Amino acid sequence: MGKVVVVTSGKGGVGKTTSTAALGAAVAKTGKKVALVDFDVGLRNLDLIMGAERRVVFDLVNVIQGSAKLSQALIRDKRVDTLFLLPASQTRDKDALTEEGVGEVIDKLRSVFDYVFCDSPAGIERGAQLAMRFADEAVIVTNPEVSSVRDSDRIIGLLDARTMKAEQGEQIAKHVLVTRYDAARASRGEMLSIDDVLEILSVPLLGIIPESQDVLRASNLGSPVTLSEPLNAAARAYLDAARRLEGEELPVIVPFERKGFLDRLLGRRAA
Amino acid sequence: MSLLDIFKRRSSAPVARERLQVLLAYERRNRSQPDLVSILREEIMAVIAKHVQIDQDYLQVSMDRGETMSTLEIDIQIPNKSAVPLAMAG
Repeated sequence: MGKVVVVTSGKGGVGKTTSTAALGAAVAKTGKKVALVDFDVGLRNLDLIMGAERRVVFDLVNVIQGSAKLSQALIRDKRVDTLFLLPASQTRDKDALTEEGVGEVIDKLRSVFDYVFCDSPAGIERGAQLAMRFADEAVIVTNPEVSSVRDSDRIIGLLDARTMKAEQGEQIAKHVLVTRYDAARASRGEMLSIDDVLEILSVPLLGIIPESQDVLRASNLGSPVTLSEPLNAAARAYLDAARRLEGEELPVIVPFERKGFLDRLLGRRAA
Repeated sequence: MSLLDIFKRRSSAPVARERLQVLLAYERRNRSQPDLVSILREEIMAVIAKHVQIDQDYLQVSMDRGETMSTLEIDIQIPNKSAVPLAMAG
């Protein structure tokens, strides 16, 4: 049975889709079978970030409504052959996804894939709740910025109340992925530090993705940054985060600008 | 940049942290209890509906939270039978 991981945030534009693509590709590169599911019905973008926008024929809603088989809708990645994408539809009907339908699709995916990443839409409405509904784990993508942290806190509340796991009295495993981290600004006290974010959210850290031009370039090219430029800082941070997600105990090193902080910042451990 | 410069600069992150801590402590407390305003709204609506037919939009319930006391504001508009609701047009 594969693991279902929702990538969520509450706030839009913090990097959910980019992170889904980068983490999913990183895990798939190790040989694991990975499915990326775009839950952003009406505003799909994971296909674009993955460079598969011209290969979409069927989508999640078609599968749920029975007009296409799951195997017809899954798009195999051209770079990593264990990586698949299930695109969202562009229908404007918000009720196109039913809980029962989503549950069936997730169950099927879970039986075939090692990892199922659900890319949540922004917000806390139905779409976001369906994306997290059947998840075993959650990656909460957060920018070190007040509105993003507040929204992450709301999402954590929902993860603990509205997921299947939570309703069955179990804990959904949660991880914070801090994206767009600017070490220089944080060290000048202009940006919430990693410690601040973790203390406020009290959820273990999965990784810190530095603000990087390369992430934008990867999106422009339609390739997850972990595939197109695996050696750059952001890609390395995603690759490490993916290893932690798979259970490896890898210390998180906070990017730093000034030497004085080195001792304090090194040695933070991932959970 | 020296350490002194760091302290001279008014850093905004500690302010952000403090504001968040205060706000989230409050929001988490309220999250566990059902939304009082919407419950009140529903029940008030039910009481009114027994006697007068009004639209959902004609009932405004809001809570102004203060430190020691909160104010509940209920605004109910009951349109006259013949009149088109002019107030709503504006």
